[in-house]
Amino acid sequence: MTPKLEAKSLSYQVSEKTIINNVSFHVTQGEILAIAGPSGSGKSSLLRLLNRLNEPTAGTVYLDDQDYRQLSPQQLRQRIGYIAQTPALQPGTVLENVTIGPRLRGETVTEETAQQLLTRLHLTDYDNYNVSYLSGGEQQRVAIARTLFNQPEVVLLDEPTASLDHHTQQELETFLQELINSSQITCILVTHDETQAKRLAQRMIRLKNGAMVALEELKPVVS
Amino acid sequence: MSVVEQLQDPIVKKGLFQVTAAFIFAGIVMSLSYWRGLALEKELTRAFLRGFVQVLAMGALIGVLFSLAFGWSIVVLLGMTLAAAWISKDRGKALPNVFQLSWSSIVVGAGLAIVTMVVAGAIEPTIQNLLPVGGLIIANAMKTNSLTLDRFQNELENHRSQIEALLALGIPPRTAISQYMTNSIRAALIPTVDSLKSLGLVHIPGMMSGMILAGANPIYAAEYQFVILSILFACGGLTSMTSTFLMGEYAFTEAQQLKTFEAETA
Repeated sequence: MTPKLEAKSLSYQVSEKTIINNVSFHVTQGEILAIAGPSGSGKSSLLRLLNRLNEPTAGTVYLDDQDYRQLSPQQLRQRIGYIAQTPALQPGTVLENVTIGPRLRGETVTEETAQQLLTRLHLTDYDNYNVSYLSGGEQQRVAIARTLFNQPEVVLLDEPTASLDHHTQQELETFLQELINSSQITCILVTHDETQAKRLAQRMIRLKNGAMVALEELKPVVS
Repeated sequence: MSVVEQLQDPIVKKGLFQVTAAFIFAGIVMSLSYWRGLALEKELTRAFLRGFVQVLAMGALIGVLFSLAFGWSIVVLLGMTLAAAWISKDRGKALPNVFQLSWSSIVVGAGLAIVTMVVAGAIEPTIQNLLPVGGLIIANAMKTNSLTLDRFQNELENHRSQIEALLALGIPPRTAISQYMTNSIRAALIPTVDSLKSLGLVHIPGMMSGMILAGANPIYAAEYQFVILSILFACGGLTSMTSTFLMGEYAFTEAQQLKTFEAETA
Protein backbone atom coordinates (compact mmCIF):
# COMPACT_ATOMS: atom_id res chain seq x y z
CA MET A 1 0.00 0.00 0.00
CA THR A 2 1.35 3.48 -0.89
CA PRO A 3 2.31 5.45 2.19
CA LYS A 4 0.10 8.42 2.96
CA LEU A 5 2.90 10.02 4.93
CA GLU A 6 6.51 8.98 5.06
CA ALA A 7 9.30 10.35 7.24
CA LYS A 8 12.77 9.76 5.77
CA SER A 9 15.87 10.06 7.94
CA LEU A 10 14.40 12.87 10.03
CA SER A 11 16.80 14.56 12.41
CA TYR A 12 16.40 17.64 14.55
CA GLN A 13 19.11 19.39 16.54
CA VAL A 14 18.91 22.45 18.78
CA SER A 15 22.19 24.07 19.85
CA GLU A 16 24.09 20.87 19.01
CA LYS A 17 21.70 18.80 21.15
CA THR A 18 20.10 16.01 19.14
CA ILE A 19 16.36 15.87 19.74
CA ILE A 20 15.43 13.53 16.87
CA ASN A 21 18.03 11.22 15.41
CA ASN A 22 17.59 9.75 11.94
CA VAL A 23 13.99 8.57 12.28
CA SER A 24 12.25 6.91 9.30
CA PHE A 25 8.76 5.42 9.17
CA HIS A 26 5.61 5.54 7.10
CA VAL A 27 1.89 5.46 7.71
CA THR A 28 -0.75 4.34 5.23
CA GLN A 29 -4.19 5.84 4.62
CA GLY A 30 -6.69 4.94 7.33
CA GLU A 31 -4.00 3.64 9.64
CA ILE A 32 -3.35 4.65 13.23
CA LEU A 33 0.35 4.63 14.01
CA ALA A 34 1.28 5.04 17.66
CA ILE A 35 4.50 6.63 18.84
CA ALA A 36 5.49 5.53 22.31
CA GLY A 37 8.47 6.21 24.49
CA PRO A 38 9.48 7.65 27.84
CA SER A 39 9.27 11.39 28.66
CA GLY A 40 11.89 13.37 26.78
CA SER A 41 12.32 10.70 24.10
CA GLY A 42 11.30 13.18 21.38
CA LYS A 43 7.69 12.08 20.69
CA SER A 44 6.20 15.59 20.69
CA SER A 45 9.20 17.03 18.82
CA LEU A 46 8.69 14.41 16.10
CA LEU A 47 5.04 15.47 15.66
CA ARG A 48 6.09 19.13 15.38
CA LEU A 49 8.49 18.17 12.58
CA LEU A 50 5.69 16.35 10.75
CA ASN A 51 3.50 19.50 10.88
CA ARG A 52 6.61 21.55 10.02
CA LEU A 53 6.21 23.75 13.10
CA ASN A 54 9.92 23.02 13.50
CA GLU A 55 12.35 22.52 10.64
CA PRO A 56 14.20 19.20 10.40
CA THR A 57 17.98 19.67 10.37
CA ALA A 58 18.21 16.60 8.09
CA GLY A 59 15.79 14.38 6.23
CA THR A 60 12.29 15.22 5.07
CA VAL A 61 8.67 14.10 5.03
CA TYR A 62 6.65 12.95 2.02
CA LEU A 63 2.90 13.45 1.86
CA ASP A 64 1.35 11.38 -0.95
CA ASP A 65 4.88 10.94 -2.35
CA GLN A 66 5.49 14.69 -2.48
CA ASP A 67 8.27 16.26 -0.45
CA TYR A 68 6.46 18.45 2.06
CA ARG A 69 8.92 21.29 1.45
CA GLN A 70 7.40 21.64 -2.01
CA LEU A 71 4.03 22.48 -0.47
CA SER A 72 3.29 25.88 1.02
CA PRO A 73 3.34 25.63 4.83
CA GLN A 74 -0.32 26.68 4.88
CA GLN A 75 -1.39 23.95 2.43
CA LEU A 76 0.68 21.39 4.29
CA ARG A 77 -0.74 22.27 7.71
CA GLN A 78 -4.27 22.21 6.38
CA ARG A 79 -3.65 18.67 5.13
CA ILE A 80 -1.73 17.51 8.21
CA GLY A 81 -3.63 18.60 11.32
CA TYR A 82 -1.81 18.78 14.63
CA ILE A 83 -3.42 18.60 18.05
CA ALA A 84 -0.97 19.62 20.74
CA GLN A 85 -0.93 18.31 24.27
CA THR A 86 -2.28 21.63 25.59
CA PRO A 87 -5.45 22.84 23.83
CA ALA A 88 -4.24 26.49 23.39
CA LEU A 89 -7.68 27.79 22.53
CA GLN A 90 -8.37 31.39 21.53
CA PRO A 91 -10.49 33.61 23.79
CA GLY A 92 -14.14 33.29 22.70
CA THR A 93 -16.85 30.70 22.38
CA VAL A 94 -16.60 27.01 21.58
CA LEU A 95 -18.13 27.57 18.13
CA GLU A 96 -15.73 30.42 17.34
CA ASN A 97 -12.82 28.16 18.25
CA VAL A 98 -14.05 25.16 16.28
CA THR A 99 -14.61 27.20 13.12
CA ILE A 100 -11.50 29.39 13.45
CA GLY A 101 -9.44 27.68 10.73
CA PRO A 102 -11.72 28.23 7.73
CA ARG A 103 -13.02 31.52 9.22
CA LEU A 104 -9.55 33.11 9.41
CA ARG A 105 -8.81 31.91 5.88
CA GLY A 106 -11.95 33.75 4.74
CA GLU A 107 -13.80 30.56 3.78
CA THR A 108 -17.52 29.99 4.25
CA VAL A 109 -18.28 28.26 7.53
CA THR A 110 -21.20 25.86 7.98
CA GLU A 111 -22.17 26.07 11.62
CA GLU A 112 -24.31 22.96 11.31
CA THR A 113 -21.25 20.85 10.49
CA ALA A 114 -19.46 22.30 13.51
CA GLN A 115 -22.44 21.48 15.73
CA GLN A 116 -22.55 17.89 14.41
CA LEU A 117 -18.87 17.55 15.22
CA LEU A 118 -19.45 18.93 18.71
CA THR A 119 -22.25 16.42 19.23
CA ARG A 120 -19.94 13.57 18.22
CA LEU A 121 -17.43 14.83 20.77
CA HIS A 122 -20.11 15.02 23.48
CA LEU A 123 -20.17 18.80 23.46
CA THR A 124 -23.78 19.26 22.35
CA ASP A 125 -25.17 22.70 23.28
CA TYR A 126 -21.70 23.93 24.21
CA ASP A 127 -21.38 26.07 21.07
CA ASN A 128 -21.95 29.41 22.81
CA TYR A 129 -19.99 28.59 25.97
CA ASN A 130 -16.92 30.68 26.65
CA VAL A 131 -13.94 28.31 26.42
CA SER A 132 -12.31 29.78 29.53
CA TYR A 133 -15.09 28.18 31.63
CA LEU A 134 -14.55 24.66 30.25
CA SER A 135 -12.70 21.89 32.03
CA GLY A 136 -9.33 20.70 30.72
CA GLY A 137 -10.94 17.66 29.12
CA GLU A 138 -13.65 19.74 27.44
CA GLN A 139 -11.06 22.18 26.14
CA GLN A 140 -9.07 19.28 24.72
CA ARG A 141 -12.16 18.02 22.88
CA VAL A 142 -12.75 21.53 21.48
CA ALA A 143 -9.14 21.51 20.24
CA ILE A 144 -9.78 18.15 18.54
CA ALA A 145 -12.99 19.50 16.96
CA ARG A 146 -11.09 22.61 15.78
CA THR A 147 -8.54 20.47 13.93
CA LEU A 148 -11.12 18.06 12.49
CA PHE A 149 -13.30 20.95 11.28
CA ASN A 150 -10.30 21.96 9.17
CA GLN A 151 -10.75 18.64 7.29
CA PRO A 152 -7.19 17.31 7.44
CA GLU A 153 -6.08 14.16 5.64
CA VAL A 154 -3.68 13.21 8.42
CA VAL A 155 -4.14 13.98 12.11
CA LEU A 156 -1.24 14.19 14.54
CA LEU A 157 -2.44 13.68 18.11
CA ASP A 158 -0.13 14.45 21.01
CA GLU A 159 -1.35 12.62 24.13
CA PRO A 160 -5.00 13.50 23.36
CA THR A 161 -6.42 11.75 26.41
CA ALA A 162 -3.82 12.87 28.96
CA SER A 163 -6.16 15.36 30.63
CA LEU A 164 -9.33 13.24 30.40
CA ASP A 165 -11.02 11.04 33.00
CA HIS A 166 -11.32 7.33 32.27
CA HIS A 167 -14.90 7.52 30.94
CA THR A 168 -14.21 10.47 28.60
CA GLN A 169 -10.98 8.81 27.49
CA GLN A 170 -12.94 5.70 26.41
CA GLU A 171 -15.50 7.87 24.60
CA LEU A 172 -12.77 9.73 22.77
CA GLU A 173 -11.06 6.50 21.76
CA THR A 174 -14.35 5.18 20.37
CA PHE A 175 -14.85 8.48 18.51
CA LEU A 176 -11.37 8.29 16.99
CA GLN A 177 -11.92 4.73 15.83
CA GLU A 178 -15.31 5.61 14.30
CA LEU A 179 -13.83 8.67 12.62
CA ILE A 180 -11.00 6.69 11.08
CA ASN A 181 -13.30 3.88 9.96
CA SER A 182 -15.81 6.28 8.41
CA SER A 183 -13.48 8.82 6.79
CA GLN A 184 -10.27 6.83 6.23
CA ILE A 185 -8.36 9.62 7.91
CA THR A 186 -4.76 8.77 8.76
CA CYS A 187 -3.64 9.22 12.32
CA ILE A 188 -0.35 9.40 14.21
CA LEU A 189 -0.89 9.15 17.92
CA VAL A 190 1.69 10.01 20.53
CA THR A 191 0.99 8.25 23.79
CA HIS A 192 2.83 7.18 26.90
CA ASP A 193 0.11 4.57 27.50
CA GLU A 194 1.07 1.42 25.62
CA THR A 195 -2.27 -0.27 26.36
CA GLN A 196 -3.99 2.63 24.61
CA ALA A 197 -1.60 2.25 21.67
CA LYS A 198 -2.49 -1.44 21.48
CA ARG A 199 -6.23 -0.70 21.66
CA LEU A 200 -6.13 1.91 18.89
CA ALA A 201 -3.12 1.51 16.63
CA GLN A 202 -2.15 -0.96 13.93
CA ARG A 203 1.55 -0.35 14.45
CA MET A 204 3.66 1.28 17.10
CA ILE A 205 7.12 2.79 16.97
CA ARG A 206 9.22 3.23 20.09
CA LEU A 207 11.49 6.21 20.57
CA LYS A 208 14.39 6.45 22.96
CA ASN A 209 16.66 9.49 23.19
CA GLY A 210 15.25 10.75 19.89
CA ALA A 211 16.02 7.55 17.97
CA MET A 212 13.59 4.90 16.78
CA VAL A 213 14.41 1.69 18.63
CA ALA A 214 11.53 -0.57 17.58
CA LEU A 215 8.62 -0.92 15.19
CA GLU A 216 5.88 -3.31 16.31
CA GLU A 217 2.94 -4.69 14.31
CA LEU A 218 -0.12 -4.61 16.59
CA LYS A 219 -3.05 -5.47 14.29
CA PRO A 220 -3.82 -5.34 10.57
CA VAL A 221 -4.89 -2.10 8.89
CA VAL A 222 -8.63 -2.05 8.11
CA SER A 223 -9.07 -0.96 4.50
CA MET B 1 27.84 83.25 25.10
CA SER B 2 30.66 80.68 25.08
CA VAL B 3 30.40 77.36 27.00
CA VAL B 4 32.90 78.67 29.62
CA GLU B 5 30.87 81.86 30.09
CA GLN B 6 27.70 79.80 30.40
CA LEU B 7 29.29 77.67 33.16
CA GLN B 8 30.34 80.79 35.12
CA ASP B 9 26.83 82.24 35.10
CA PRO B 10 25.42 82.31 38.71
CA ILE B 11 22.16 80.81 37.43
CA VAL B 12 24.10 77.60 36.64
CA LYS B 13 25.01 77.28 40.35
CA LYS B 14 21.35 77.74 41.25
CA GLY B 15 20.50 75.12 38.64
CA LEU B 16 22.97 72.69 40.23
CA PHE B 17 21.16 73.06 43.57
CA GLN B 18 17.87 72.24 41.81
CA VAL B 19 19.51 69.26 40.11
CA THR B 20 20.72 68.01 43.51
CA ALA B 21 17.19 68.30 44.92
CA ALA B 22 15.80 66.41 41.91
CA PHE B 23 18.48 63.70 42.30
CA ILE B 24 17.66 63.29 46.00
CA PHE B 25 13.97 62.88 45.20
CA ALA B 26 14.77 60.36 42.44
CA GLY B 27 17.19 58.63 44.85
CA ILE B 28 14.32 58.11 47.33
CA VAL B 29 12.29 56.43 44.58
CA MET B 30 15.26 54.23 43.67
CA SER B 31 15.66 53.23 47.34
CA LEU B 32 11.99 52.31 47.40
CA SER B 33 12.52 50.32 44.20
CA TYR B 34 15.40 48.47 45.88
CA TRP B 35 13.30 47.88 49.02
CA ARG B 36 10.40 46.53 46.93
CA GLY B 37 12.79 44.31 44.95
CA LEU B 38 11.85 45.90 41.62
CA ALA B 39 15.44 45.56 40.38
CA LEU B 40 15.20 48.86 38.51
CA GLU B 41 17.99 50.73 40.33
CA LYS B 42 20.75 49.91 37.87
CA GLU B 43 18.75 50.95 34.82
CA LEU B 44 17.30 54.03 36.54
CA THR B 45 20.70 55.25 37.78
CA ARG B 46 22.21 54.80 34.35
CA ALA B 47 19.23 56.54 32.72
CA PHE B 48 19.41 59.50 35.12
CA LEU B 49 23.15 60.07 34.80
CA ARG B 50 23.09 59.58 31.08
CA GLY B 51 20.11 61.89 30.64
CA PHE B 52 21.74 64.60 32.77
CA VAL B 53 25.05 64.51 30.88
CA GLN B 54 23.32 64.39 27.49
CA VAL B 55 20.96 67.29 28.20
CA LEU B 56 23.84 69.39 29.58
CA ALA B 57 25.88 68.69 26.45
CA MET B 58 22.92 69.59 24.27
CA GLY B 59 22.33 72.75 26.32
CA ALA B 60 25.92 73.79 25.74
CA LEU B 61 25.88 72.87 22.04
CA ILE B 62 22.46 74.07 20.99
CA GLY B 63 23.69 77.58 20.33
CA VAL B 64 26.34 76.20 17.97
CA LEU B 65 23.78 73.91 16.28
CA PHE B 66 21.36 76.80 15.76
CA SER B 67 24.07 78.71 13.92
CA LEU B 68 24.58 75.91 11.33
CA ALA B 69 23.22 75.93 7.80
CA PHE B 70 19.72 74.44 7.22
CA GLY B 71 21.09 71.28 5.54
CA TRP B 72 22.68 70.26 8.83
CA SER B 73 19.27 69.96 10.48
CA ILE B 74 18.59 66.84 8.35
CA VAL B 75 21.94 65.34 9.39
CA VAL B 76 21.27 66.08 13.07
CA LEU B 77 17.70 64.74 12.91
CA LEU B 78 18.93 61.55 11.23
CA GLY B 79 21.56 61.24 13.97
CA MET B 80 18.76 61.60 16.53
CA THR B 81 16.77 58.78 14.87
CA LEU B 82 19.84 56.51 15.03
CA ALA B 83 20.37 57.28 18.72
CA ALA B 84 16.65 56.76 19.39
CA ALA B 85 16.69 53.38 17.61
CA TRP B 86 19.82 52.34 19.55
CA ILE B 87 18.13 53.16 22.87
CA SER B 88 14.77 51.63 21.88
CA LYS B 89 16.21 48.33 20.65
CA ASP B 90 16.95 47.26 24.24
CA ARG B 91 13.19 46.85 24.83
CA GLY B 92 13.06 44.06 22.30
CA LYS B 93 16.52 42.52 22.72
CA ALA B 94 15.30 39.04 21.91
CA LEU B 95 13.65 40.05 18.65
CA PRO B 96 15.61 39.57 15.44
CA ASN B 97 16.86 42.65 13.51
CA VAL B 98 15.56 44.86 16.31
CA PHE B 99 17.85 47.86 15.60
CA GLN B 100 16.97 48.03 11.90
CA LEU B 101 13.31 47.52 12.74
CA SER B 102 13.35 50.29 15.37
CA TRP B 103 15.19 52.71 13.11
CA SER B 104 12.84 52.09 10.17
CA SER B 105 9.78 52.54 12.39
CA ILE B 106 11.07 55.74 13.99
CA VAL B 107 12.08 57.19 10.60
CA VAL B 108 8.67 56.39 9.09
CA GLY B 109 6.67 57.70 12.08
CA ALA B 110 8.74 60.75 12.98
CA GLY B 111 9.83 61.53 9.40
CA LEU B 112 6.28 61.71 8.05
CA ALA B 113 5.18 63.73 11.08
CA ILE B 114 7.97 66.29 10.61
CA VAL B 115 7.35 66.57 6.85
CA THR B 116 3.60 67.02 7.48
CA MET B 117 4.27 69.80 9.99
CA VAL B 118 6.63 71.60 7.62
CA VAL B 119 4.20 71.27 4.69
CA ALA B 120 1.29 72.46 6.87
CA GLY B 121 3.37 75.43 7.98
CA ALA B 122 3.29 74.33 11.63
CA ILE B 123 7.09 74.44 11.78
CA GLU B 124 9.20 76.90 9.88
CA PRO B 125 11.86 75.07 7.88
CA THR B 126 14.73 76.57 9.88
CA ILE B 127 17.22 74.70 11.99
CA GLN B 128 16.08 76.67 15.09
CA ASN B 129 12.54 75.26 14.68
CA LEU B 130 13.29 71.87 13.19
CA LEU B 131 15.67 70.67 15.91
CA PRO B 132 13.55 71.19 19.05
CA VAL B 133 10.23 70.14 17.50
CA GLY B 134 11.86 67.35 15.47
CA GLY B 135 13.58 66.11 18.62
CA LEU B 136 10.27 66.09 20.47
CA ILE B 137 8.65 64.07 17.69
CA ILE B 138 11.56 61.61 17.42
CA ALA B 139 11.56 61.13 21.21
CA ASN B 140 7.85 60.37 21.05
CA ALA B 141 8.39 57.88 18.22
CA MET B 142 11.15 56.22 20.27
CA LYS B 143 8.92 55.96 23.34
CA THR B 144 6.09 54.43 21.32
CA ASN B 145 8.48 52.03 19.59
CA SER B 146 9.94 50.92 22.94
CA LEU B 147 6.47 50.29 24.38
CA THR B 148 5.48 48.39 21.24
CA LEU B 149 8.61 46.21 21.30
CA ASP B 150 8.26 45.44 24.99
CA ARG B 151 4.60 44.49 24.71
CA PHE B 152 4.89 42.58 21.43
CA GLN B 153 7.82 40.49 22.62
CA ASN B 154 5.83 39.52 25.73
CA GLU B 155 2.70 38.83 23.70
CA LEU B 156 4.59 36.49 21.36
CA GLU B 157 6.22 34.58 24.20
CA ASN B 158 3.11 34.37 26.39
CA HIS B 159 0.86 33.28 23.52
CA ARG B 160 3.30 31.04 21.67
CA SER B 161 1.07 27.96 22.01
CA GLN B 162 -2.01 29.85 20.74
CA ILE B 163 -0.07 31.26 17.78
CA GLU B 164 1.34 27.84 16.91
CA ALA B 165 -2.14 26.31 17.24
CA LEU B 166 -3.33 28.73 14.54
CA LEU B 167 -0.27 28.11 12.35
CA ALA B 168 -0.96 24.37 12.68
CA LEU B 169 -4.39 24.98 11.14
CA GLY B 170 -2.80 26.56 8.06
CA ILE B 171 -3.50 30.14 9.13
CA PRO B 172 -1.05 32.69 7.62
CA PRO B 173 1.47 33.98 10.22
CA ARG B 174 0.32 37.58 9.99
CA THR B 175 -3.28 36.56 10.70
CA ALA B 176 -2.14 34.31 13.55
CA ILE B 177 -0.48 37.25 15.33
CA SER B 178 -2.85 40.05 14.30
CA GLN B 179 -4.59 40.10 17.68
CA TYR B 180 -1.25 40.46 19.47
CA MET B 181 -0.17 43.21 17.07
CA THR B 182 -3.38 45.10 17.87
CA ASN B 183 -2.83 44.66 21.63
CA SER B 184 0.72 45.99 21.31
CA ILE B 185 -0.29 49.05 19.26
CA ARG B 186 -3.11 49.87 21.68
CA ALA B 187 -0.85 49.55 24.72
CA ALA B 188 1.88 51.68 23.13
CA LEU B 189 -0.57 54.48 22.33
CA ILE B 190 -2.12 54.69 25.80
CA PRO B 191 0.18 57.52 27.05
CA THR B 192 -0.43 59.65 23.92
CA VAL B 193 -4.19 59.03 23.89
CA ASP B 194 -4.42 59.86 27.61
CA SER B 195 -2.42 63.06 27.02
CA LEU B 196 -4.93 64.06 24.34
CA LYS B 197 -7.88 63.22 26.60
CA SER B 198 -6.51 65.24 29.51
CA LEU B 199 -5.36 68.17 27.40
CA GLY B 200 -6.38 71.41 29.09
CA LEU B 201 -7.86 69.58 32.08
CA VAL B 202 -4.84 67.92 33.65
CA HIS B 203 -2.17 68.39 31.04
CA ILE B 204 -1.18 72.03 30.49
CA PRO B 205 1.66 71.56 28.06
CA GLY B 206 4.97 73.33 28.46
CA MET B 207 5.16 74.44 24.85
CA MET B 208 1.81 76.25 25.08
CA SER B 209 2.73 77.82 28.42
CA GLY B 210 6.07 78.95 27.00
CA MET B 211 4.43 80.52 23.96
CA ILE B 212 1.92 82.42 26.15
CA LEU B 213 4.68 83.64 28.48
CA ALA B 214 6.65 84.77 25.41
CA GLY B 215 3.67 86.93 24.39
CA ALA B 216 1.91 84.77 21.79
CA ASN B 217 -1.88 84.89 21.39
CA PRO B 218 -3.13 82.29 23.96
CA ILE B 219 -5.74 80.88 21.55
CA TYR B 220 -3.09 80.42 18.86
CA ALA B 221 -0.77 78.86 21.47
CA ALA B 222 -3.56 76.39 22.36
CA GLU B 223 -4.23 75.62 18.67
CA TYR B 224 -0.53 75.06 18.09
CA GLN B 225 -0.28 72.77 21.10
CA PHE B 226 -3.21 70.73 19.80
CA VAL B 227 -1.47 70.43 16.44
CA ILE B 228 1.67 69.18 18.21
CA LEU B 229 -0.21 66.58 20.25
CA SER B 230 -2.22 65.40 17.24
CA ILE B 231 1.00 65.05 15.27
CA LEU B 232 2.57 63.16 18.18
CA PHE B 233 -0.43 60.80 18.21
CA ALA B 234 -0.19 60.22 14.45
CA CYS B 235 3.58 59.78 14.71
CA GLY B 236 3.16 57.25 17.57
CA GLY B 237 0.48 55.34 15.65
CA LEU B 238 2.60 55.17 12.49
CA THR B 239 5.71 54.14 14.42
CA SER B 240 3.87 51.43 16.33
CA MET B 241 2.13 50.08 13.23
CA THR B 242 5.38 50.01 11.25
CA SER B 243 7.15 48.38 14.15
CA THR B 244 4.58 45.57 14.55
CA PHE B 245 4.38 45.12 10.78
CA LEU B 246 8.14 44.59 10.54
CA MET B 247 8.20 42.38 13.64
CA GLY B 248 5.54 40.25 11.97
CA GLU B 249 8.02 39.77 9.11
CA TYR B 250 11.03 39.00 11.28
CA ALA B 251 9.30 36.80 13.89
CA PHE B 252 8.76 33.90 11.46
CA THR B 253 11.05 31.74 9.38
CA GLU B 254 10.55 31.25 5.65
CA ALA B 255 8.64 28.07 6.45
CA GLN B 256 6.27 30.13 8.63
CA GLN B 257 7.60 28.81 11.93
CA LEU B 258 7.54 31.12 14.93
CA LYS B 259 11.14 31.80 15.92
CA THR B 260 12.35 31.18 19.47
CA PHE B 261 13.28 34.27 21.46
CA GLU B 262 14.03 32.91 24.94
CA ALA B 263 17.72 32.24 24.34
CA GLU B 264 18.49 35.89 23.69
CA THR B 265 16.18 37.10 26.47
CA ALA B 266 18.00 35.11 29.16
